Amino acid sequence: MAFYVVQFLTGLASAASLFLVASGLSIIFGVTRIVNFAHGAFYMIGAYIAFTLTERLSGAFGFWGGIVLAALAVAVIGVIVEMVLLRRIYHAPELFQLLATFGLTLMVEDLVVLIWGPDDLVGRRAPGFRGAIDFFGQNIPSYDLFLIVLGPVVLGILWLLFQRTRWGVLVRAATQDRDMVAALGVNQKWLFTSVFAVGVFLAALGGALQIPRDAVHHAMDLRTIVEVFVVVVIGGLGSIVGAFVAAVLVSELNAFGILIFPKISIILVFLVMAVVLIVRPWGLFGKPEAAARRTPGLTVNPWRPLTSNERLAALAALLVAAMLPLFAGNYLLTVGSEIAIFVIFAVSLHFLMSVGGLASFGHAAYFGLGAYGVAFLAKMAGLPMIVCLLLGPLLGCMGAAVFGFFAVQLSGVYFAMLTLAFAQIVWSIAFQWVSVTGGDNGILGIWPEKWAASPSHFYWLALGVAASVTIALRAMVFSPFGYALRATRDSLLRSEAIGIDAKRIQWTAFVIAGTTAGIGGALFAYLKGSVFPDNLGISLSVDALVMVLLGGVETVSGAVIGAIVYKALNIWLVSQTDLSKLVLGGFIMLIVVVFPKGIVGMLEMLAQRRRKSSPPGSPLLAKPIESAE
Amino acid sequence: MRARSYFVGAAFALLAGGMAHSALAQDIKIGEINSYSLLPAFTEPYRKGWQLAVEEINAAGGINGKKLVVISKDDGGKPADAQTAANELVSSEGVAMLAGTFLSNIGLAVSDFANQKKVFFLAAEPLTDAITWSKGNKYTFRLRPSNYMQAAMLVEAAAKLPAKRWATIAPNYEYGQSAVAVFKKLMSEKRPDIQWVDEQWPPQGKIDAGPVVQAVAAANPEAILNVTFGADLVKLVREGNTRGLFKGREVVSFLTGEPEYLDPLKDETPEGWIVTGYPWYSIKTPEHDAFLKAYQAKYNDYPRLGSIVGYQTIKSAAAILAKAGSTDPEKLIAAAEGLSMPSPFGEITFRKIDHQSTLGAYVGKTALKDGKGVMVDSSYKKGADYLPSDAEVAKLRPKD
Repeated sequence: MAFYVVQFLTGLASAASLFLVASGLSIIFGVTRIVNFAHGAFYMIGAYIAFTLTERLSGAFGFWGGIVLAALAVAVIGVIVEMVLLRRIYHAPELFQLLATFGLTLMVEDLVVLIWGPDDLVGRRAPGFRGAIDFFGQNIPSYDLFLIVLGPVVLGILWLLFQRTRWGVLVRAATQDRDMVAALGVNQKWLFTSVFAVGVFLAALGGALQIPRDAVHHAMDLRTIVEVFVVVVIGGLGSIVGAFVAAVLVSELNAFGILIFPKISIILVFLVMAVVLIVRPWGLFGKPEAAARRTPGLTVNPWRPLTSNERLAALAALLVAAMLPLFAGNYLLTVGSEIAIFVIFAVSLHFLMSVGGLASFGHAAYFGLGAYGVAFLAKMAGLPMIVCLLLGPLLGCMGAAVFGFFAVQLSGVYFAMLTLAFAQIVWSIAFQWVSVTGGDNGILGIWPEKWAASPSHFYWLALGVAASVTIALRAMVFSPFGYALRATRDSLLRSEAIGIDAKRIQWTAFVIAGTTAGIGGALFAYLKGSVFPDNLGISLSVDALVMVLLGGVETVSGAVIGAIVYKALNIWLVSQTDLSKLVLGGFIMLIVVVFPKGIVGMLEMLAQRRRKSSPPGSPLLAKPIESAE
Repeated sequence: MRARSYFVGAAFALLAGGMAHSALAQDIKIGEINSYSLLPAFTEPYRKGWQLAVEEINAAGGINGKKLVVISKDDGGKPADAQTAANELVSSEGVAMLAGTFLSNIGLAVSDFANQKKVFFLAAEPLTDAITWSKGNKYTFRLRPSNYMQAAMLVEAAAKLPAKRWATIAPNYEYGQSAVAVFKKLMSEKRPDIQWVDEQWPPQGKIDAGPVVQAVAAANPEAILNVTFGADLVKLVREGNTRGLFKGREVVSFLTGEPEYLDPLKDETPEGWIVTGYPWYSIKTPEHDAFLKAYQAKYNDYPRLGSIVGYQTIKSAAAILAKAGSTDPEKLIAAAEGLSMPSPFGEITFRKIDHQSTLGAYVGKTALKDGKGVMVDSSYKKGADYLPSDAEVAKLRPKD
């Protein structure tokens, strides 16, 4: 019995550390609607600075003072980031802020190694909380007890802050309806900045408090961010109590789950999230999101097919690309093939995100399924390459059909997180089912047949497929199906009122996007000659999001440019420098500030400005653009 | 603004780096790939090790009179990126051979690439048995003692312990899984009386140490096998110390004696664990003394195991290139098979039968000395003594 009590208390201690970080993320998202990818980075900086301070300052005061000072220092960094970077892009399309915080995270990962060195750092134990307390023969670390108390205390303080202060009232109001708060004359700028500071403070405090338990190292951020996000979503976005309950739920399930299934930890949080979201689409304590007031730029700047001149230009660009084998070597051609494959991947996500308004955080699942489909067919059934290429993507199609059915019942960030949960479940199957998938050692030896083996032939194949896929998806955008899909994106209510079966349309779009991603994955398997669980992983899903956002989410085919720029730059930087993350992150942040509509989005806007300044112009077209800004 | 200046600065750094790379046509080039950005704690000392080797080789007149150049690439910890890098090294840089890699799946990806493109590949660090056995190929050689060899070395010591009830803690991925599987198999062969009472599989890098420690303690084992390393190990040790998990229990642990993993533990180092590792401070052989002196003179720092691996990877590559007298992959393979050479750990041989080197490892016990973790009572285990018989190996490895 004593064992179960102690195991429960241990779970509570884990929950408390999780809650500190999660509450900060929840507050930030609730008010600013920013998907703060950098939350893990702030957590990590908190731990690093706390390490330095607690090593320098002596005594009990030095330790606790160091922890608090570190959290405050990181909060100041957060304020600077908010004022310098995020403030410029609050009006950019949804999720664009994700790109900025992603860039920041990349930079921080390299910066901490530059500043603190590559070794794992192990900090001091907390003065007064070094030992353990005996509980019927079981030991409970006293620091765990401290955390168990701290969790509810922080919850209580936050509750008082939100219920009993004017600032708290404003924060709650903004969480419910920030446009209304702005309309009532509240200075949003400072409200957002202060909320961001509080959220970052909590993240850094959570990180700093890990010093006596954990090692401080440069991969702490990614380890934390996904799990924390999941906790926030399970609890319900913007709900502090929800975050607390979810943290306890996840931690206790893990603490007791490993007694029966020792391998459960790898997937547990995602399983819980998938179940919770299917049963309660807005998390445990969340409320349905108010119908979003769409950025007007989306609807009043109508998309149009390419003019015949533009078509000629695109064709010319394709021809130039097709001539690459005439002057490029094998390495460049292979890189070209890889970029073409990522164009396929990016346009498939772009179709779902821009046309369907459904941002998936787990799109790599379908890319990877396509790759695994090819691997199974080629290695187990021994089918010829062309058959594998045709049938392999069907695995992605089937995955998308099953998961899409559940996912499209949700919307917004909840949709995104459910897709992430499904992707992680698929990933863990690939990772764990060693006898079939080879586990993390993957499946090797899937090389192209002779007709496609030479780099130039494979490049033409990849380019041809990429071009066909892009054209097909564009044609779909301007087909009746595309119009229906855009209608569900722009106004769910109105589209249903005119008889569009929104869920079915969205589901179809999901399957189309998943299959297309699967085509990319199938080619990727042959390009690399092997398949690994990485091909389904979170970092690939994030790459796809970054490519789409970089190109411009409000454009018809911006993802093509986004994929080319991002992938080419990434490959080049990784090859040239060990600090590729630092440079790439800096570049992304630069792009975010200079091109807040993405690269293609910005070019289109400039083109339209020019059209506007030329005499009669179309007043109808020109005006809404200003309101969109 | 900060972002912009970093970007500009980095761009200049790139240009400078690019120029330093340029090599003359008659140089012999080795393409080296490792997870520099993902695993700096291991790869920084590793890089220092191979840079020292390159310097020594060129100071001694290069390879058959030609200068040795190593072109190094980061794989970011991703197999797909490692292949892109391998392709660039082979197609654009025209390297004579590939070398390096740390993670097992990356080692396998590059080895498969080498097999497909018919390029010589010397795997430095990946521990998976698959790379020389079940997925072995004729183009791939491996330097470090494999999972199997390290398990066999530990089993030799572990089987002498009186403990009968054993529990295991290992990261939930291929390395952890196969380390536990081999250890269990070899151990049960020697000691049929042993019971395996619990196993814990925390995700790599994400151990929730408190519940894991409690769960293991609840099974009440007499001895524990640990395979976690890095930050996971730190958390495990800290929780285990506070909760008294290691009190009165024997612990056998993979890799924990390597300075990379032992040093961060500082005064929390648990005492009396049986570990594999690298006690650089207590190795007193002329080969190692020479290496240690050169390393400390160049870097004013002590070597980690990564330094040895990096150093010996390039030294081995140079020895192979020198003997082959050519960069033709078939000739390199012929030269490497059965080739013996000196190393800081004594003479090693690349076996013809499975392309595994006989580099060994040190086995000893952890201890605390002046608030730091050290390995004591350590002895060198020759790799050749811990490999299965040739008949077994032949069964494990596909025919070329």
